[in-house]
Amino acid sequence: MTKTSGPIGTAEAPQAPAALDPLDELTLLAAIRRGDQAACERLVQLYSPRLMSVARRLLGNEEDARDALQDAFISAFRGIAAFNGQSRLSTWLHRIVINSALMKLRSRRRRPEQSIETLLPTFLETGQHSEHFVEWLATGEVAMHQGQVKRLVRESIDRLPEIYRTVLLLRDIEELDTQETAQLLGVTPVTVKVRLHRARQALRTLLDAHLRGDS
Amino acid sequence: MTCREFAEFILDYVEGRLRPEVKAAFDEHLARCPQCVAYLDTYLATMELEKVAFANPEGEVAPHVPADLLQAILSSISRS
Repeated sequence: MTKTSGPIGTAEAPQAPAALDPLDELTLLAAIRRGDQAACERLVQLYSPRLMSVARRLLGNEEDARDALQDAFISAFRGIAAFNGQSRLSTWLHRIVINSALMKLRSRRRRPEQSIETLLPTFLETGQHSEHFVEWLATGEVAMHQGQVKRLVRESIDRLPEIYRTVLLLRDIEELDTQETAQLLGVTPVTVKVRLHRARQALRTLLDAHLRGDS
Repeated sequence: MTCREFAEFILDYVEGRLRPEVKAAFDEHLARCPQCVAYLDTYLATMELEKVAFANPEGEVAPHVPADLLQAILSSISRS
Protein backbone atom coordinates (compact mmCIF):
# COMPACT_ATOMS: atom_id res chain seq x y z
CA MET A 1 0.00 0.00 0.00
CA THR A 2 1.31 3.42 -0.91
CA LYS A 3 0.82 6.08 1.71
CA THR A 4 0.73 9.68 0.64
CA SER A 5 2.01 12.56 2.66
CA GLY A 6 2.23 15.32 0.13
CA PRO A 7 1.54 18.98 0.78
CA ILE A 8 -1.88 19.81 2.13
CA GLY A 9 -4.45 21.26 -0.21
CA THR A 10 -2.38 21.20 -3.35
CA ALA A 11 -5.37 20.66 -5.60
CA GLU A 12 -9.08 21.03 -5.42
CA ALA A 13 -11.13 17.91 -4.84
CA PRO A 14 -14.74 17.62 -5.92
CA GLN A 15 -17.26 19.00 -3.49
CA ALA A 16 -19.28 16.49 -1.48
CA PRO A 17 -22.66 15.88 -3.05
CA ALA A 18 -25.67 15.14 -0.91
CA ALA A 19 -25.62 11.66 0.64
CA LEU A 20 -27.12 8.93 -1.48
CA ASP A 21 -30.56 7.64 -0.67
CA PRO A 22 -30.76 3.99 0.42
CA LEU A 23 -31.78 2.71 -3.04
CA ASP A 24 -28.87 4.46 -4.73
CA GLU A 25 -26.55 3.08 -2.07
CA LEU A 26 -27.71 -0.45 -2.92
CA THR A 27 -27.20 0.15 -6.65
CA LEU A 28 -23.71 1.51 -6.03
CA LEU A 29 -22.90 -1.40 -3.74
CA ALA A 30 -24.03 -3.96 -6.32
CA ALA A 31 -21.84 -2.31 -8.99
CA ILE A 32 -18.82 -2.33 -6.66
CA ARG A 33 -19.36 -6.01 -5.93
CA ARG A 34 -19.40 -6.68 -9.68
CA GLY A 35 -15.95 -5.09 -9.83
CA ASP A 36 -17.11 -1.91 -11.56
CA GLN A 37 -14.12 0.44 -11.24
CA ALA A 38 -16.20 3.55 -11.92
CA ALA A 39 -18.50 2.64 -9.02
CA CYS A 40 -15.49 2.24 -6.72
CA GLU A 41 -14.31 5.69 -7.74
CA ARG A 42 -17.75 7.13 -7.19
CA LEU A 43 -17.84 5.74 -3.66
CA VAL A 44 -14.47 7.28 -2.84
CA GLN A 45 -15.34 10.65 -4.40
CA LEU A 46 -18.71 10.71 -2.70
CA TYR A 47 -17.76 9.85 0.85
CA SER A 48 -14.17 11.10 1.18
CA PRO A 49 -14.97 14.68 2.25
CA ARG A 50 -17.19 13.62 5.16
CA LEU A 51 -14.89 10.80 6.21
CA MET A 52 -11.84 13.05 6.00
CA SER A 53 -13.56 15.48 8.38
CA VAL A 54 -14.07 12.67 10.88
CA ALA A 55 -10.40 11.62 10.64
CA ARG A 56 -9.22 15.22 11.00
CA ARG A 57 -11.38 15.75 14.08
CA LEU A 58 -10.15 12.63 15.81
CA LEU A 59 -6.49 12.92 14.88
CA GLY A 60 -5.97 16.69 14.75
CA ASN A 61 -3.17 16.15 12.27
CA GLU A 62 -3.47 16.25 8.48
CA GLU A 63 -0.90 13.59 7.72
CA ASP A 64 -2.39 11.06 10.14
CA ALA A 65 -5.88 11.87 8.83
CA ARG A 66 -4.75 11.13 5.27
CA ASP A 67 -3.32 7.77 6.35
CA ALA A 68 -6.47 6.94 8.30
CA LEU A 69 -8.72 7.75 5.34
CA GLN A 70 -6.61 5.66 3.00
CA ASP A 71 -6.55 2.73 5.44
CA ALA A 72 -10.31 3.05 5.90
CA PHE A 73 -11.05 2.74 2.18
CA ILE A 74 -8.68 -0.22 1.83
CA SER A 75 -10.47 -1.96 4.73
CA ALA A 76 -13.85 -1.06 3.29
CA PHE A 77 -13.15 -2.49 -0.15
CA ARG A 78 -11.65 -5.62 1.37
CA GLY A 79 -14.70 -6.09 3.59
CA ILE A 80 -17.41 -5.00 1.20
CA ALA A 81 -18.41 -8.59 0.38
CA ALA A 82 -19.22 -9.09 4.06
CA PHE A 83 -21.23 -5.87 4.37
CA ASN A 84 -24.68 -7.20 5.19
CA GLY A 85 -26.71 -4.07 4.57
CA GLN A 86 -28.13 -3.97 8.07
CA SER A 87 -26.88 -0.41 8.39
CA ARG A 88 -26.58 2.33 5.78
CA LEU A 89 -23.44 2.22 3.66
CA SER A 90 -22.58 5.71 4.93
CA THR A 91 -22.90 4.55 8.55
CA TRP A 92 -20.72 1.50 7.86
CA LEU A 93 -18.01 3.68 6.27
CA HIS A 94 -18.26 6.15 9.16
CA ARG A 95 -17.51 3.34 11.66
CA ILE A 96 -14.60 2.09 9.53
CA VAL A 97 -12.92 5.48 9.37
CA ILE A 98 -13.39 5.94 13.12
CA ASN A 99 -11.74 2.57 13.67
CA SER A 100 -8.83 3.50 11.39
CA ALA A 101 -8.38 6.80 13.20
CA LEU A 102 -8.45 5.10 16.61
CA MET A 103 -5.82 2.59 15.44
CA LYS A 104 -3.70 5.50 14.31
CA LEU A 105 -4.16 7.22 17.68
CA ARG A 106 -3.03 4.06 19.49
CA SER A 107 0.01 3.64 17.29
CA ARG A 108 1.41 7.12 17.67
CA ARG A 109 3.56 8.15 20.56
CA ARG A 110 1.57 9.69 23.34
CA ARG A 111 2.49 13.22 24.25
CA PRO A 112 2.68 14.14 27.92
CA GLU A 113 -0.71 15.45 28.89
CA GLN A 114 -2.03 17.85 31.44
CA SER A 115 -4.19 16.29 34.14
CA ILE A 116 -7.90 16.91 33.79
CA GLU A 117 -8.35 17.28 37.55
CA THR A 118 -7.68 21.02 37.56
CA LEU A 119 -10.55 21.53 35.10
CA LEU A 120 -13.16 19.70 37.17
CA PRO A 121 -15.49 21.43 39.64
CA THR A 122 -14.31 21.71 43.24
CA PHE A 123 -16.39 21.42 46.39
CA LEU A 124 -16.28 22.46 50.04
CA GLU A 125 -16.40 19.81 52.79
CA THR A 126 -20.13 20.48 53.02
CA GLY A 127 -20.53 19.33 49.40
CA GLN A 128 -21.32 22.85 48.12
CA HIS A 129 -19.53 24.32 45.12
CA SER A 130 -16.41 26.24 46.07
CA GLU A 131 -16.48 28.32 42.88
CA HIS A 132 -18.99 30.94 41.81
CA PHE A 133 -20.85 30.23 38.58
CA VAL A 134 -22.72 32.70 36.41
CA GLU A 135 -24.69 32.19 33.24
CA TRP A 136 -23.00 32.72 29.91
CA LEU A 137 -23.53 35.37 27.25
CA ALA A 138 -26.93 35.37 25.61
CA THR A 139 -27.41 33.24 22.51
CA GLY A 140 -27.65 36.35 20.33
CA GLU A 141 -24.23 37.59 21.38
CA VAL A 142 -22.70 34.17 20.79
CA ALA A 143 -24.34 34.00 17.35
CA MET A 144 -22.87 37.41 16.45
CA HIS A 145 -19.38 36.06 17.05
CA GLN A 146 -20.05 32.56 15.79
CA GLY A 147 -16.75 32.22 13.92
CA GLN A 148 -14.74 33.12 17.01
CA VAL A 149 -16.82 30.90 19.25
CA LYS A 150 -16.44 27.92 16.90
CA ARG A 151 -12.67 28.38 16.93
CA LEU A 152 -12.63 28.76 20.71
CA VAL A 153 -14.61 25.54 21.20
CA ARG A 154 -12.46 23.55 18.76
CA GLU A 155 -9.24 24.80 20.35
CA SER A 156 -10.56 24.04 23.82
CA ILE A 157 -11.50 20.49 22.79
CA ASP A 158 -7.95 20.08 21.45
CA ARG A 159 -6.63 21.01 24.89
CA LEU A 160 -8.39 18.10 26.58
CA PRO A 161 -6.28 15.03 27.40
CA GLU A 162 -6.58 12.52 24.57
CA ILE A 163 -8.62 9.83 26.35
CA TYR A 164 -11.25 12.42 27.25
CA ARG A 165 -11.18 14.26 23.92
CA THR A 166 -11.71 11.01 22.01
CA VAL A 167 -14.76 10.01 24.05
CA LEU A 168 -16.23 13.51 23.75
CA LEU A 169 -15.84 13.46 19.96
CA LEU A 170 -17.19 9.93 19.54
CA ARG A 171 -20.24 10.51 21.75
CA ASP A 172 -21.16 14.15 21.19
CA ILE A 173 -19.97 14.84 17.65
CA GLU A 174 -19.89 11.47 15.86
CA GLU A 175 -23.03 10.49 17.84
CA LEU A 176 -21.99 6.93 18.68
CA ASP A 177 -23.81 5.42 21.65
CA THR A 178 -22.11 4.46 24.90
CA GLN A 179 -21.97 0.75 24.08
CA GLU A 180 -20.43 1.22 20.65
CA THR A 181 -17.92 3.76 21.95
CA ALA A 182 -16.92 1.32 24.70
CA GLN A 183 -16.41 -1.49 22.18
CA LEU A 184 -14.31 0.65 19.86
CA LEU A 185 -12.12 1.89 22.70
CA GLY A 186 -11.89 -1.46 24.49
CA VAL A 187 -13.21 -0.04 27.78
CA THR A 188 -16.38 -0.55 29.80
CA PRO A 189 -19.54 1.51 29.24
CA VAL A 190 -19.11 2.92 32.76
CA THR A 191 -15.65 4.20 31.81
CA VAL A 192 -17.11 5.86 28.71
CA LYS A 193 -19.75 7.60 30.85
CA VAL A 194 -17.21 8.80 33.41
CA ARG A 195 -14.86 10.10 30.72
CA LEU A 196 -17.66 11.81 28.80
CA HIS A 197 -18.94 13.62 31.88
CA ARG A 198 -15.45 14.70 32.90
CA ALA A 199 -14.66 15.83 29.35
CA ARG A 200 -17.79 17.99 29.20
CA GLN A 201 -17.08 19.42 32.65
CA ALA A 202 -13.49 20.24 31.67
CA LEU A 203 -14.59 21.80 28.39
CA ARG A 204 -17.16 23.85 30.31
CA THR A 205 -14.38 25.18 32.54
CA LEU A 206 -12.20 26.09 29.56
CA LEU A 207 -15.07 27.96 27.88
CA ASP A 208 -16.25 29.65 31.07
CA ALA A 209 -13.43 32.20 31.16
CA HIS A 210 -14.43 33.45 27.69
CA LEU A 211 -18.22 33.22 27.83
CA ARG A 212 -19.14 34.35 31.36
CA GLY A 213 -21.88 36.91 31.29
CA ASP A 214 -19.98 39.00 33.87
CA SER A 215 -16.64 39.00 32.00
CA MET B 1 -28.68 16.18 47.72
CA THR B 2 -25.47 18.24 47.81
CA CYS B 3 -23.97 20.21 44.91
CA ARG B 4 -21.29 17.52 44.60
CA GLU B 5 -23.93 14.78 44.23
CA PHE B 6 -25.94 16.99 41.88
CA ALA B 7 -22.90 17.41 39.61
CA GLU B 8 -22.35 13.65 39.55
CA PHE B 9 -25.92 13.03 38.37
CA ILE B 10 -25.89 15.56 35.50
CA LEU B 11 -24.89 13.06 32.81
CA ASP B 12 -27.72 10.67 33.67
CA TYR B 13 -30.11 13.62 33.96
CA VAL B 14 -29.21 14.78 30.45
CA GLU B 15 -29.72 11.25 29.13
CA GLY B 16 -33.03 10.88 30.97
CA ARG B 17 -31.72 7.93 32.98
CA LEU B 18 -32.28 9.11 36.55
CA ARG B 19 -34.40 6.86 38.73
CA PRO B 20 -37.63 8.66 39.75
CA GLU B 21 -36.56 9.18 43.39
CA VAL B 22 -33.17 10.56 42.32
CA LYS B 23 -34.81 12.77 39.69
CA ALA B 24 -37.10 14.19 42.39
CA ALA B 25 -34.11 14.98 44.64
CA PHE B 26 -32.24 16.44 41.64
CA ASP B 27 -35.18 18.72 40.77
CA GLU B 28 -35.61 19.71 44.39
CA HIS B 29 -31.95 20.72 44.65
CA LEU B 30 -32.19 22.63 41.36
CA ALA B 31 -35.16 24.60 42.67
CA ARG B 32 -33.20 25.95 45.64
CA CYS B 33 -29.58 26.23 44.42
CA PRO B 34 -28.79 29.10 41.99
CA GLN B 35 -25.19 27.89 41.72
CA CYS B 36 -26.28 24.52 40.39
CA VAL B 37 -28.77 26.23 38.05
CA ALA B 38 -25.88 28.21 36.54
CA TYR B 39 -23.65 25.13 36.47
CA LEU B 40 -26.27 23.00 34.69
CA ASP B 41 -27.08 25.81 32.23
CA THR B 42 -23.44 26.17 31.26
CA TYR B 43 -22.96 22.38 31.05
CA LEU B 44 -25.89 22.21 28.60
CA ALA B 45 -24.56 25.24 26.70
CA THR B 46 -21.22 23.46 26.38
CA MET B 47 -22.96 20.52 24.70
CA GLU B 48 -24.76 22.87 22.31
CA LEU B 49 -21.57 24.73 21.45
CA GLU B 50 -19.80 21.46 20.65
CA LYS B 51 -22.43 20.88 17.95
CA VAL B 52 -22.14 24.45 16.71
CA ALA B 53 -18.35 24.18 16.50
CA PHE B 54 -18.50 21.25 14.10
CA ALA B 55 -21.68 22.08 12.25
CA ASN B 56 -21.42 22.30 8.49
CA PRO B 57 -24.19 24.71 7.54
CA GLU B 58 -25.82 24.31 4.19
CA GLY B 59 -23.96 26.27 1.59
CA GLU B 60 -20.67 26.08 3.46
CA VAL B 61 -17.77 24.74 1.39
CA ALA B 62 -17.49 20.98 1.83
CA PRO B 63 -14.45 19.68 3.70
CA HIS B 64 -11.45 19.66 1.44
CA VAL B 65 -9.83 16.40 0.36
CA PRO B 66 -6.66 16.94 -1.64
CA ALA B 67 -6.84 15.47 -5.15
CA ASP B 68 -3.52 13.65 -4.71
CA LEU B 69 -4.96 11.81 -1.72
CA LEU B 70 -8.04 10.76 -3.68
CA GLN B 71 -5.79 9.54 -6.44
CA ALA B 72 -3.62 7.58 -3.98
CA ILE B 73 -6.71 5.93 -2.49
CA LEU B 74 -8.02 4.94 -5.91
CA SER B 75 -4.62 3.52 -6.87
CA SER B 76 -4.30 1.52 -3.67
CA ILE B 77 -7.78 0.01 -3.93
CA SER B 78 -7.32 -0.94 -7.57
CA ARG B 79 -4.14 -2.81 -6.58
CA SER B 80 -5.63 -4.55 -3.55
